Amino acid sequence: MASSVTAEALSSEKRGMSARERRHTIYGYVFLSPWIVGFLAFTAVPIVASIVLSFTRYSVLRAPEFIGLRNWRHALLGGDYLMWPSIGRSFYYALISVPTGLVLSLLLAVLLNQNLRVTAMWRTFFFLPSLTPSVATAFVWRWLMNSEMGIFRMVFDAVGLPMPNWLGSTEWALPSLAIISLWGSVGGSGMIIFLAGLQDIPAELLEAAEIDGAGRWRKFRSITLPLLSPVIFFNLVMGIIGALRVFGLAFVATGGGPAHATYFISLHIYNTAFIYFDMGYAAAVSWILAAIVIALTILQFSLSERWVFYQGEVRG
Amino acid sequence: MIAEAKRAQSLSQETEASILSKIQLDRILLYVVVALGSFIFMFPFMWAFISSGKTVSEINIFPPTLWPKHPQFVKNYTQIFIEAPFLLWIKNSLVVTALNLSGTVISASIVAYSFARFKYPGRDILFFIMLSTMMIPSEVQLIPTYLIFHKLGWVNTIKPLWVPAWLGGGAFNIFLLRQFYMGIPLDLDESAEIDGAGPLRIFLTIILPLSKPVLGTVAALSFIGNWNNFMGPLIYLNDPEKLTVAVGLRVFSQGVTSSGMQAGLAPPQYNLVMAASIVVAAPCLILFFVAQRYFVQGIVTTGIKG
Repeated sequence: MASSVTAEALSSEKRGMSARERRHTIYGYVFLSPWIVGFLAFTAVPIVASIVLSFTRYSVLRAPEFIGLRNWRHALLGGDYLMWPSIGRSFYYALISVPTGLVLSLLLAVLLNQNLRVTAMWRTFFFLPSLTPSVATAFVWRWLMNSEMGIFRMVFDAVGLPMPNWLGSTEWALPSLAIISLWGSVGGSGMIIFLAGLQDIPAELLEAAEIDGAGRWRKFRSITLPLLSPVIFFNLVMGIIGALRVFGLAFVATGGGPAHATYFISLHIYNTAFIYFDMGYAAAVSWILAAIVIALTILQFSLSERWVFYQGEVRG
Repeated sequence: MIAEAKRAQSLSQETEASILSKIQLDRILLYVVVALGSFIFMFPFMWAFISSGKTVSEINIFPPTLWPKHPQFVKNYTQIFIEAPFLLWIKNSLVVTALNLSGTVISASIVAYSFARFKYPGRDILFFIMLSTMMIPSEVQLIPTYLIFHKLGWVNTIKPLWVPAWLGGGAFNIFLLRQFYMGIPLDLDESAEIDGAGPLRIFLTIILPLSKPVLGTVAALSFIGNWNNFMGPLIYLNDPEKLTVAVGLRVFSQGVTSSGMQAGLAPPQYNLVMAASIVVAAPCLILFFVAQRYFVQGIVTTGIKG
């Protein structure tokens, strides 16, 4: 048997490709061709081009001029006083919005997983904000948080708390954006993924723990959380990457202000490229953001081995 | 003896009853928490709607009224279509969405067919390359891509917003479709092949009809992505009459009229901004009610098995 297979392989190797293999190759590449063209035109070429551009001065109107490492030095060594603070702000934003969002999403998924009546209806209520266009979200929340006539002020006045100037104040603008983003993300895809993950947990496991006298919290700590760790991990990676790249919401709600309080790295790239038309420098900054995102993805994947538990995995 | 047994019975009944009431209390509390949470999440929509029916003088009073005293919903919603070319912007958004969505669905499903059903040298490497492109943030491609479209003379047209979709349809969608196709039994292809069907026939008559759910997911997510796309139209479209609604809403809120189309006018009051925001958001919300299961299924399969 084995020898006949080898013989066949040898003979087909001698003849080159069999008719079937040739057919597969031709059809395979024909059906693949749209992606190959798109990959070359809109991924490969732009990636190489943006590396090349990052070593030039280019304002679109005049031909690019090679300037060596000047863009990179300017960006990395503090010549651009907006650069590092904007990265710091993006991280601060990710730090306050992602963990909170993760905990709230999980909590919500646990609540919705309690065999409620009309689960689909409740799920819809929490999910709809995540489908709302960020521009509409930004305007609705600007109105809710309006410091003179917003409904928030009415609530704060009623409770007797001092009302912050939300999006209008340098210290509150960024947390305000985080709050708005929570509204748009807590009940979104992350929560749906948690909900599906919860439904995948074998009921026998929970029942067995209950027989052993485990309370609700203990069951959650020892069974639900470990079994859910791959999903938590997935949502964490997606959440951080999304937060570091936030653009539309900040662009519309605050425009990066006041006094650069919400000026994120994505806004810096946009302004540099499309307001100041400094394409070479913007390419360098975009690579710095990309490097951070890629490094974080790799870091999270390597760290995840320590705490993410996959069902069916044997651990030594 | 008998008295003891009776006492034990009544004791067990008592604990049963108290357990039952504890469970009931828990359920009630659960519903209260979920309802309260729903109210908080739905409130911005409700408040936007209430505000969109107020008069200019009523929108500017504090404390705000909880329902418009002189409701003028019809007037306000008509007003935004008069003051700004929302009808045109909606049409533009629909055109961009239709062209992009059909390109995404068609090209991603063909490319995924190649990855799922054909064996050829280089396939696995190319598949790996495709997956790795998902890791690279699109900001890196943004500037060179803009320059390419600039060279092609496509800036200030809608072409940059839909042409790329026809070339692959996005790594994520290809991956999603390929995973689904892999689950379709090969026997189906083979028996069709014996009946003399070629690869294209098999694709059109077997693979595609069986993939309706996942195609629905790709289409639904693509609709939302296109309708909500903000940065693309912001960068590529300049003329006010070419804008999509997402960018149009921002322009409108900053004070631009359809008659003059020039900035510098007083921005509209919040009653009109809220009406416009609702008009812009409505198609996404309606789509969710129509295609709910495609959204949920899609998110679940991509999140868990992806």
